[in-house]
Formats: sequence, structure tokens, C-alpha cells
Amino acid sequence: MTTSKKKTIKWGFFIFFIPVFLWLSLLIILPQLELLRLSFMSTGKPGFTFKNYLAFFREPIYWLTFVRTAMYSILVTFIVMAIALPVSFYITKIARVKASGFLMVLLLVPFWVSELIRVYGWMILLRESGVINQVLVNLGLFKQPVEMLYNDATMIMGLVYTSMLFMVIPIIGVMESLDDSLIEAAYDLGAKKITIWRTIIIPYCMSGIISGAIIVFMLVLGSYLTPNLMGGKNSLWFTEQIYNQIIIYFNWNQGAAFGFLLLILSSLIIWVFLKISGQDLKKVIK
Amino acid sequence: MQIALSVRNLTKKFGDFTAVNDISLDVEDGKFFSILGPSGCGKTTLLRMIAGFYEQTGGHIELRGKDMTNIEPNKRPVNLVFQHLALFPMMNVYENIAFGLRRRGEKSAAIDKKVNDLLERVGLPEAGKKTIDQLSGGQRQRIAIARCLVLEPTVLLLDEPLGALDAKLREHMKIELKKLQTQVGTTFVYITHDQSEAMVMSDGVAVMNAGKFEQVGTPQELYHHPSSSFVAQFVGSNNKLHVTLHKGESSAFSARYSNGKEFSLTGTYDLEDGDAWDLFIRPESVIINPKESSASFNLLQGEVKAILFDGGNSRLLVTPEGSTDELVVALPQTKQFDDIQVKDKIRIGWDSSKSVCFKRADWKIYDDE
Repeated sequence: MTTSKKKTIKWGFFIFFIPVFLWLSLLIILPQLELLRLSFMSTGKPGFTFKNYLAFFREPIYWLTFVRTAMYSILVTFIVMAIALPVSFYITKIARVKASGFLMVLLLVPFWVSELIRVYGWMILLRESGVINQVLVNLGLFKQPVEMLYNDATMIMGLVYTSMLFMVIPIIGVMESLDDSLIEAAYDLGAKKITIWRTIIIPYCMSGIISGAIIVFMLVLGSYLTPNLMGGKNSLWFTEQIYNQIIIYFNWNQGAAFGFLLLILSSLIIWVFLKISGQDLKKVIK
Repeated sequence: MQIALSVRNLTKKFGDFTAVNDISLDVEDGKFFSILGPSGCGKTTLLRMIAGFYEQTGGHIELRGKDMTNIEPNKRPVNLVFQHLALFPMMNVYENIAFGLRRRGEKSAAIDKKVNDLLERVGLPEAGKKTIDQLSGGQRQRIAIARCLVLEPTVLLLDEPLGALDAKLREHMKIELKKLQTQVGTTFVYITHDQSEAMVMSDGVAVMNAGKFEQVGTPQELYHHPSSSFVAQFVGSNNKLHVTLHKGESSAFSARYSNGKEFSLTGTYDLEDGDAWDLFIRPESVIINPKESSASFNLLQGEVKAILFDGGNSRLLVTPEGSTDELVVALPQTKQFDDIQVKDKIRIGWDSSKSVCFKRADWKIYDDE
């Protein structure tokens, strides 16, 4: 009796497991393995080589682009964090129940259109012949239109805008469970507003902040459209290097190696970040 | 005696609703003072105004003679123990208690001494390193109080901190709190809806209803000499009988009960035509099968509806003849009344000085009444 029961359970498990297994293996693991194989090959020559990986460290343009990308991603993550905390606080604690639902919708609405459309929207506003320039020139504030696109500041603004939601939602999730009386108790015990943020609100929301930071950092580091379209040729992003290798130079081996380097280095940065902030990945994922 | 807390004509309005209506109050230094009232009577609003979380619509709050208007909660010499305690879960016990001292910028050696002193005083000297969720309900209570006491406030405010505890622990904490207060000598202002908590612990009690104080006095005064129908029913248990009052011969007042029976009364009443009155008599003032038969002693025949056995607090439910009311009568566990059975006809009575009458008032303590 018991053995036959065990068997049926196993069959049930397999029936549900097979689609997941197929999806993961055919669409994610196999292509990755093929890319991994490619990254250790060289065009024209047979055999195993580290040449593609070494190229990253030998050519300053490659690793400098990566350092630039990583630094800007960290900067964007911190800016998003600094904006998301008060925004979440307003939505969960200050706004009335009805208004907070409306505010959440306002946050979500931009994500109903694709990233491409959103970036084009920004471009229409900011370019030399764009809406903002026309208004300012007509008002007489500017003598002639100024190019606001294609610089680092605009690109960072665009990245902050596109990744905001991914920080706000996890923080709101944690902040909603924060008992208002904790804030009042700290106030009652003599804390100033800034001390309440430092000692009560931020430590309480830490798990939400960290999980939001990981999502935002990964998204920004791996984003392609926003840096490419808003940053232009002046702001080279590491994903553009991968794109150039594969699409322009048709060097799949080099592109694959860069892809894996991006994966490894970004994981390393997150690991260091978790170690510094003293958080546990398991706790953060919860 | 110095006055620690003085409240003058304090009013708080939320839109059209007046939560606290022209309240005045003085609390002497070192006293345990309770504000007792049903939920929604405005007692929490009053407390939050004293703590500084609400701004008053009118009136003044003074602490040791200093006006508190426009002073932020973090600058007031009062501390509040919250209903759900609000201990900081991200800090250990030591850091919770040290929080206020750190905000004052005290030196770490001084903080260390004060925190350990206080942990000792609340009987948890080893608890400093523990996290909040390692503490039991009663221990949390003590840490929450310690966290405020370490700042040596002029007045410690407590917002029903025993509400979340189970009954046994609540009984225990009542006594603990009273002992702690006597020991530290800080002025406590305690708000509660539980009349037993207020009576056991307090030196003075204010009974609050609909934004106003009905009566302020010692627990004994409130119990034995209630000044209003509300206090008579809210403080302790009481029987309420619908009666009509009239002045008999020899200028004594008497009350006519719905079954036609006349009860003699002591005291004088302001009679107006058409007024309905309630007669209040405490369960322990009603004597079963009394031997007395003087003129000032009221007698009733009744039938036992139920025996509510509860050890030393046992009671009988008695329905007087010709009426459907149920009177609660204390049943002393002295073996004397062990033969009383349900449906027995018994005599009950009370001395007229033990009963009191008030004009019928339209209010409800509980929704189901």
C-alpha cells in the first residue's frame, strides 16, 4: 500500500515538474551553456582559450566602461533609495487610505507603456527642438535652445525614473507593517525627526530597502535602452559594449565573455553590498 | 504638596465633534492618578494632548507650573507608555532603555549606570542583551515602563498598558505597577476602561464620560458616594431599579417601585413632575433573609433565578415579586446560605442609607444594553 502511494506522489511531482524543467533548461540553461562555451572559443581557431576574458582586462576601454557602468548604477540605486523612502512614507503613513491607492496607481501608470515609449517621451520633452526648450525660449528665459539630451545627468534621471517603482513597492510592503506608535514613542522619548528616520524607520525597512536596491541595481546595470537613447554616444554603458561585439563586430565569443563578466561582477558587487550592510540574502528575499 | 500636572479648561474638537470638553484637573506630585471611562469617552485624546501629540483647541496644560502650549512631544518632561508598548524591535532591551538618554546626548558611562540601575529596579537585571521577542508579556511591560522612567519624567502617562495581557497576568501586574510607583515615587497618570484597575492602583480617580469628568475623587469616595447615575453604574457593580420618587409625611422621601412597593430613602432630592428616577443598590448591600425590620430597612420578596457561583465573588440573581427585573445579590460563602436553591422564594432587604437615587440618564456603557 505505502509503496504504491509513494509512486503516485512521485508521478504527480514529475507531471508538474516537467514543464518547469523544460522551460528552465531549454530557454535559460542551454542557451547559457552555449554562450559559456562560445566565450571560451576564438573565431577561426579551434580549441579552448581565455583570450576573450583577458581582453576585458587588457583593453582599458572595456573595464573602464564597466567601472563607469557599475559606479553609475550604484549612484542611481542610492538616488532611487533617497527618493523612494519619503515617497513610501507619504503613501503608507501620511496620505489617507483613498489617496494612497490613487498615488499607487500614479506610480504604476508609467509602467503600462513600454520602456521604449517612455524614453521617447522624455526625448520629445528634452531635445533641442523639444517641448521644454520651446517653452523656455518663448518665455524669454533662454536666448536659444539648449541640448538637454545626451549627457550623464539626463541619463541618470531617466534611469532613476524607470527604476523607481521597483524600490517603492518593496519598501511600501515593509513600511505598512511599521506600527505608528513606534514613531510616536521615539518622538516622545526625545528624538528629532531625522533621528527617528535614522534609528527607527530605516532600520525597520532595511529588508525592503535591500531587496529593492538589489532589483534596481541589477535592472540599471543591465539596462540598454535608456543609456543608449538618452545618454547617446557620450555615455557608454557596458551593455552597449556587449551589443557592439555581437551585432556590429559579429564577435559572438567576445560578446558572450562580456555577458558572463557582467553576471559575475554584478553578483560580486551585490555580495559585497550584502556583507557591508550585514543583511542575509535569505531574509531579504522573504 | 507640589502640583505635578495641572490641566485648565482643556478642550479638543475634531471638526464638529468635541472629544474633550472643558476639563480641569490637578494631580499632586508622586500620586497614582487614573482616568476611568468607557471607550470613546475622550480619555486617550486627553492623554495624547498631555503628551503633546495633539494640540488643544482651548485651555492650558501645565507641568510643574510650566505652560506646555506649543512645546513638541520630544521637549516635554512627560513620557508615554503606549497601549501596545511600542518597544523598538530593531534594538535589544538595553538599547531600548538607553534610547532616550542617547537622544539627550548623555555620556556612555552615565547611560550604562542608569540603564543597569533601572533594569535592577524593575527586576530584570540580566535582560539587557535580550531582544524584544525573547521577553514575556509582563517583562515587556516592565521594560516599556523602564524606558520612560530612566528619563525621570515629571509625569508618566500610561495608556491602558495592561489591556493586552491575559486575566491572571493582569491581576499580577496591577499589584506590580502599584508597588513600582510607590517605590520610584514618580507621578503616574493612568488611563483605563477597567474600573478594577483604576480602583486597585490609584490614589485618585477621575471618571470620564462623553468628554467630561463626571466625578473626581478617591476610589472609596467614588464607590460609596457616587455623584451621578453614570458613576454609580460604571464604578463597581450596581443594581438599577426604575422608581418614581415622592415626598412622604414627615418630609422623608420615598421611592415607589414598579410592583407598588415603597422604599424609604435617606437624603434629599430635587423633585420635578414627570421625572423618572433610578434607585441604585450594591449587591453586597443587599442582605439575604434579613432579621432586621426597622422602618428604615427595605424588604422585598423574590424568587431565585440563578446561582452564579464564583468563589468569594458568588452572587444570586433574584427577581422581585411582581416585576421582571433581575437583582444581583452577593452570596457570602459562609455555609449559611448553602441550602438556597434555584426557584426558592426568599426575602431580601437593605438599609435605606445604602441606596442612592439619580434621575434617569440616557447613556449606554455597553452597546448591547
